[in-house]
Amino acid sequence: MKRKFKWSYLYLIFVFICLYVPIFYLVIYSFSTGDRMSNFSGFTWKHYAELFADTRMIQIVLDTLLVALLSSLIATIIGALGALAIDRTSRPVMKNTILSLNNILMVSPDVIIGASFLIFYTALKVPLGFWSVLMSHIAFSIPIVVLMILPRLQEMSHSLLDAARDLGASNYQVLTRVIVPYITPGIFSGFFMAFTYSLDDFAVTFFVTGNGFETLAVEIYARARQGISLEINALSGVMFVFALLLVVGYYFLQRAGQSRRAKHKRESEALINETTH
Amino acid sequence: MKKSTTNVAFYTPYVMWLALFVIAPMVLIVYQSFFDISGHFTLANYQTYFQSGTYIMMTINSVWYAFLITFATLLISYPTAYLLHYAKHKQLWLLLIILPTWINLLLKAYAFIGIFSQDGGVNSFLGMFGIAPQQFLFTDFSFIFVAAYIEIPFMILPIFNAIEELPENLVNASQDLGAKGWQTFTKVVWPLTISGVKSGVQAVFIPSLSLFMLTRLIGGNRVITLGTAIEEHFLTTMNWGMGSTIGVVLIVAMFIIMFLTGERKKKGVRRHEA
Repeated sequence: MKRKFKWSYLYLIFVFICLYVPIFYLVIYSFSTGDRMSNFSGFTWKHYAELFADTRMIQIVLDTLLVALLSSLIATIIGALGALAIDRTSRPVMKNTILSLNNILMVSPDVIIGASFLIFYTALKVPLGFWSVLMSHIAFSIPIVVLMILPRLQEMSHSLLDAARDLGASNYQVLTRVIVPYITPGIFSGFFMAFTYSLDDFAVTFFVTGNGFETLAVEIYARARQGISLEINALSGVMFVFALLLVVGYYFLQRAGQSRRAKHKRESEALINETTH
Repeated sequence: MKKSTTNVAFYTPYVMWLALFVIAPMVLIVYQSFFDISGHFTLANYQTYFQSGTYIMMTINSVWYAFLITFATLLISYPTAYLLHYAKHKQLWLLLIILPTWINLLLKAYAFIGIFSQDGGVNSFLGMFGIAPQQFLFTDFSFIFVAAYIEIPFMILPIFNAIEELPENLVNASQDLGAKGWQTFTKVVWPLTISGVKSGVQAVFIPSLSLFMLTRLIGGNRVITLGTAIEEHFLTTMNWGMGSTIGVVLIVAMFIIMFLTGERKKKGVRRHEA
């Protein structure tokens, strides 16, 4: 039994090494004095210095972050409203139709989304650039926001809403004081997912961006096609640290949410026990 | 009165999004597929697609590669998900699986340009055993390897969730009733986690048909997938009609995959009864 256990850990560790080798390979060579990803020859910070002196690259990073922030914010608002709308739809046929339509962009390959948006913008004569990229990012982030918020809306008990109304709350008050606080965790995870979708996207942006505007992924693609430049390695080092911070942040956010929920549950159970005994 | 106005406020932005960014683009891509390069309405694109052998071959190739990628991914992911379920600190392990998905796909592909190059990591590793440098970059193998590498987390997560939902007492019961390890797996664990496998296959197979950036960076234009062809027609040759036609083929392929991997409850029930 014990031996078998060790073997299983060996396999897991092997898979994890495979998952992380390419990433560490990138990061390690960002400190190499050479100019290719081979024959590590000595430690240097010069690629990082180059990266931070590259104003064009910094502009692209800022643009990427701006698009990600704006698109995830707007997608969260529209998605939350959409989730509320779906939740209020009482006809099952209608509800299922909307949900299927909602999921189309979730399962469509990126090239299809990119190509069809390109046709769409051209037909409407929308100039390709910042706005077309922003609109596309909003568009493909909305469904995940809806899927993150909808389950919380559905698990909310109707007696809560009835109670609020009985106590004289207006529709607006019910929304802001009861519904929104209840679905806040869903809203946060929706925003978070939308943000990562936007940061991660390459294919859709590649289709709908014009000459004047670039995001990080498009720039990396352009540079990678020209060959290896260790500045990209330095960039990936920075991005790895950034991703690590985001993931750890998300982990603690979730943990906090879970423990708060557990605490709530304990408290309410205690309350029930008190009242029944 | 008040209720109806608030309802409209809820519906409008979302419904506008559905109309403008979900329905309209899909309609437009189908519409565009009936136009040739000079803007005349025609069925020629579909005719070209079905009559010239190259497009059909390309489609079959693309599906075959996607199948290989999915199969390789499944082969690695299922045991990983299964062992993760029994591991200590599984939340932490899970986080470590998710973390690589946050690194941009292009950076991961770029890493493999270095690793697979003539004097890169793999060749210097092989060199230690006295094996002469091999050509890895720009081969079919490297394309499948890198694609599988990128897709593995997306396969592990749904399978892991399915295994987490598997009631442990069923596994114990089958062992108590004398089933061998292999029998427990094929008769209990696999059938009850097939839904996770299906959603994993869905999450891997469909993107694998369209990974044009990998075919360019890693496959060195030797591998051409449906996605590569669409990108080529839209952004290089500017033949949007033909690109849309291939897009329609890709959409059809997507629906077939979703139909095959979708939940079909009735059939499942019948199988259980039999």
